[in-house]
Amino acid sequence: MKEFDYRRADGVSGALALHGAAPEARFLGGGTNLVDLMKTGIERPSLLVDIRELPLDGIEATGDGGLRIGATATNSDTAAHPEVRRRYPALAQALLAGASGQLRNMATVGGNLLQRTRCGYFSDATGPCNKRVPGSGCPAIEGEHHNHAILGASAHCVATHPSDMAVALAAFDAVVAYETADGPDEMPLADLYPPVGDTPHVETALPAGALITSVTLPPAPVAAASRYRKVRERASFAFAIGSVAAALEVRDGTVHDVRLAFGAVAPRPWRAQTAEKALAGGPATAEAFAAAADAELAAAEPLPDNEYKVPLMRDLAVSVLTELAEEAGA
Amino acid sequence: MTATAEGKSAVGTARVRLEGLDKVTGAAKYAGEVDFDGLAYGHLVLSTVARGRVRAVHADPVLALPGVVGVWHHGNAPRVNTDFSGMLGPVDPLLGLFQNDRVPHAGWPVALVVAETSEQAREAADALAVDYDPEPHDVVFGADRPEAYTPPGQEDRSKGDIEAGLAASAVVVDREYSTPEEYHNSMEPHAATARWEGGRLEVVDSNQGTPMVAGDLAQLFSLDPESVRVRAEHVGGAFGNKGTRPHLVAAVMAATALQRPVRVTLTRRQMFSLVGYRPPTAQRVRLGADPDGRLRALDHEACSQTSTTIEYTELSATPARTLYDADAHRTAHRLLRLDVPSPTFMRAPGEAPGSFALESALDELAEKCGVDPIELRLRNEPEVGPLSGLPFSSRNLRACLEEGARRFGWADRDPRPGVRREGRWLLGTGMAAATFPSGAVPSTASATAEADGSFTVGVNASDVGTGARTAMALVAADALDTDPDNVKIRIADSDLGPAMIAGGSMGTRSWAWAVAEAARELRERLVPGAEVPPEGITARTDTGAAIGALAQKERYSFAAQFAEVAVDPASGEVRVRRMLGAFAAGRIVNPLTARSQLLGGMVWGLSMALHEEAARDRASGAVVGGDLAGYHVAANADVPDMEAFWVDDPDPDDPVGIKGIGEIGIVGAAAAIGNAVWHATGVRHRHLPIRPDRVLAAGREAPGA
Amino acid sequence: MSPATSSTITLTVNGEKHTLAVDHRTTLLDALRERLGLTGSKKGCDQGQCGACTVLVDGRRTVSCLQLAVGAEGREVTTIEGVADGDRLHPVQQAFLDLDGYQCGYCTPGQICSAVAVIEEHAAGWPSVATGDVRPEAGAPELTAEEIRERMSGNLCRCGAYVSIVQAVARAADARTPGTEAEGATA
Repeated sequence: MKEFDYRRADGVSGALALHGAAPEARFLGGGTNLVDLMKTGIERPSLLVDIRELPLDGIEATGDGGLRIGATATNSDTAAHPEVRRRYPALAQALLAGASGQLRNMATVGGNLLQRTRCGYFSDATGPCNKRVPGSGCPAIEGEHHNHAILGASAHCVATHPSDMAVALAAFDAVVAYETADGPDEMPLADLYPPVGDTPHVETALPAGALITSVTLPPAPVAAASRYRKVRERASFAFAIGSVAAALEVRDGTVHDVRLAFGAVAPRPWRAQTAEKALAGGPATAEAFAAAADAELAAAEPLPDNEYKVPLMRDLAVSVLTELAEEAGA
Repeated sequence: MTATAEGKSAVGTARVRLEGLDKVTGAAKYAGEVDFDGLAYGHLVLSTVARGRVRAVHADPVLALPGVVGVWHHGNAPRVNTDFSGMLGPVDPLLGLFQNDRVPHAGWPVALVVAETSEQAREAADALAVDYDPEPHDVVFGADRPEAYTPPGQEDRSKGDIEAGLAASAVVVDREYSTPEEYHNSMEPHAATARWEGGRLEVVDSNQGTPMVAGDLAQLFSLDPESVRVRAEHVGGAFGNKGTRPHLVAAVMAATALQRPVRVTLTRRQMFSLVGYRPPTAQRVRLGADPDGRLRALDHEACSQTSTTIEYTELSATPARTLYDADAHRTAHRLLRLDVPSPTFMRAPGEAPGSFALESALDELAEKCGVDPIELRLRNEPEVGPLSGLPFSSRNLRACLEEGARRFGWADRDPRPGVRREGRWLLGTGMAAATFPSGAVPSTASATAEADGSFTVGVNASDVGTGARTAMALVAADALDTDPDNVKIRIADSDLGPAMIAGGSMGTRSWAWAVAEAARELRERLVPGAEVPPEGITARTDTGAAIGALAQKERYSFAAQFAEVAVDPASGEVRVRRMLGAFAAGRIVNPLTARSQLLGGMVWGLSMALHEEAARDRASGAVVGGDLAGYHVAANADVPDMEAFWVDDPDPDDPVGIKGIGEIGIVGAAAAIGNAVWHATGVRHRHLPIRPDRVLAAGREAPGA
Repeated sequence: MSPATSSTITLTVNGEKHTLAVDHRTTLLDALRERLGLTGSKKGCDQGQCGACTVLVDGRRTVSCLQLAVGAEGREVTTIEGVADGDRLHPVQQAFLDLDGYQCGYCTPGQICSAVAVIEEHAAGWPSVATGDVRPEAGAPELTAEEIRERMSGNLCRCGAYVSIVQAVARAADARTPGTEAEGATA
């Protein structure tokens, strides 16, 4: 680990000022990803601006029935919060499916959104990786890629975004608020992760030096009947190989509202809008769910060793939506 | 409570570990935790190429970094002698640290950086620029490669005509199985602190046997063996990977050059190239049987991988030499040399991967014959060693199978696959038989009667988590006719003298033999009523002669493993719902810790069946994701309630009746789980681990494929 | 201000204040082990992937290998050395000892610290991924074996002592009566 300066931020503007004054500054939240990457030399900041004590950890209802979650709220506090569990149970489940109890106590909501991929080639500082060293190549395409992306990847990078939380947030149209020296601003979560293309090292659309201050969930009555299902290679404490966040509201046998997002299949949390459109107003049956999932996955471009993710995601989506439909009818 | 006075022996009575309080309070000091004044920290630098030569090591810029006190590499390292054989055979060339510029595999040590703090050492090691002349490498393992050869000393063992036996069989199973590269991943990374003190080299290390390590260090550095002392008071897991390892050589090299204490600790990632692993195996099993399942032909050929620097063979075909007889019987091993790190012994070397193939094949035979898998095994129980013709010292596999079946509820099982469903889960049960050799290696021990009426027993055991200290106290208490609390146990110090390492399921048996003998001799020398002098009265023994006089017999532990699994065919998830292990493994010294050890072995089998696999990248020649997030071992949520029990099975020729239980717990466990997955789904999994992607891929093939 | 690469901090560990100069790179784990002689917290992976370094920070379980020491200033740190009440073992420690919830012992301090927090988290009504219905209306989950397994999964045990670990945590949780715990989570 390279030597670095460390400052505790005093207020958001103070944090931005400290960050802006150093060439290679990083905001330090829970540190669960950043400190690890610093140990392996993948992140080499000159300054850490510790934002853990900023008053950004509140979780509160918005006037319109939504929820605003502060950027430094821990994953644990967010998952345990009664309003999160009541209004967006899939978000609580996604948070609880992530990492371990210890890591969830440390990790923050803002940091969770900005965590880096766990691709084994990205994590090995001694080898090539277009994300880490632009232009050095992507060894995963010819190498070990059984848990890499099938959607939205490119010939330059097939890594997935590792967050569980972000999948649920994507399903619920979360909006990310941030602040720069120019003042506060926001963008939909859907715009936070730019297309990979030939710039896999550009991982967010945030302006340079921006500090995420909160994530807002707009009101979504459908979310009260929502679920997150995660498939992984051990029963706990592992990244997903496929996950689904879904919410479903059925009226008179037809789909009144539906939300569907996929995790561990793309460089970003993957909102399944094609599937949602296919389902809207149609019957809430397993056949319809399967057809919708197939429509979404028609765009999949799997590699030889991750072809299984196509049927996996299809069956997961059908399984979770069917459960929700059955519970709604019960 | 004098054990014998109550007619109850200490051996066989559950007892909390002697070091238990230290372990639950954090007081137990492991190798990297013993404080020395003036300690410096070393960090190894590993090659980033898989084959080639080190052209240049640019040490000067690193030597100028804050805190750096030395950099060693092939250009300046002192000579190390690697021309000798240690306890486990010819020395691993990996211990010849920085002796030449050759790089035989990715992750080979090319330099050592020592600094005042661990942070400085690690940053300097990361900053050290090393230039290589890379050469093409070959790391692709597979049984189909023509270069595979029969390793010297591991020639085929056979009787009868296999091809004729198969041709005459009504039912034939001919299948290929594979197991991947697996890593021990003891929770405690290797750590050693070395210093020179009063003309002696003092090393605090984490290892499976201080006499082995001390002997190796004396040879490597051409020192008088008496001048080397190695201690390993607490060892945070080993499983075969804690022999003499390069961190030790690095620590001694730097401590000698700097004349100050140096500690070298491996990172988790470094453990993926420096401390060995279980090599991948590709196995073929051919079984020929009569319609009732009686075997006519058994052929097991197993190929494994080794490095270009040592010749290590994973002896996967060996369980068939003990478990089953057939008129035509052949077991064979092949080896493929690749540009990879050196493999080594890992918990039940040979038996763990071999039993997966053999016991899966038996299950396939049971299916084909329409015979219950337990009944199939009972019909093939041999009277004597199938190849040796020697009698078994004891063979209680039948009791394991029958009592295990009763406890597991096997009788209620519907043999048809794919018929039990619970929600999204398909349920199935499976079983496997298991065996592991029992042995004893000559060891020394001392027993001292102290003036205060207590006893001190010294035996150079290593407690890698087995509860060796406690086991020795129980053995000694019985032999001395005293209470275990009245016995002090000293272990894990090379000054105690030679003894077996903690390995091969032979540690406890070998040490207990020596302790029992020393105690017996001491009692003979104690005169009833006579005063014990202040220095005490000590008896020492060496079990070499007694062990050498053992009659030739087939000496093995046996077990039956049972598992119930749930498989979600839509997601590919496999969950083990319960496991039962029935063991015939000699006399059990401490039921409390033995249960832990047997269950631990079963957890290893579960982990092997479902999780463990290191992916070696063809392009780089290195493991991808070489850490505990990339290499999965079973987590708590993977492990259901499990039960281990044992049947009465004392070894008649061992003074305490011990056989050894370190490895039998894993043997057969993966096969039992794989067989249960077949029973749940109708799909055979012949390639471990049974990961969700493989379940999904196999599910699209025809059932029974 | 000119950049600094070290700071003098005060760490409160097991109720005791320690003032020391730390390299900013020093993790809480290394500060405990190498500077304060508190070697009970273990370094199994140094990457947050095994849980052997688990300590309580402000009552919450934390992997100390990913917590910078300088960032821990002002927080209350409890390590395995501070879990017991003097000579009286914490019920979790006692249960691990009695039920043989370990073998080599290297993951044990982290398991015990984690279990102490798990019991508090559960008492505070936190759900887990093993909790079927996470909505508050569903009520607090029972601390079943399945819940314990999930909640303890951040602590790997390579010896495979999980069966006894789960039994030990269950026993300690049963023994817990409000107000007697040495360490309370702020949950």
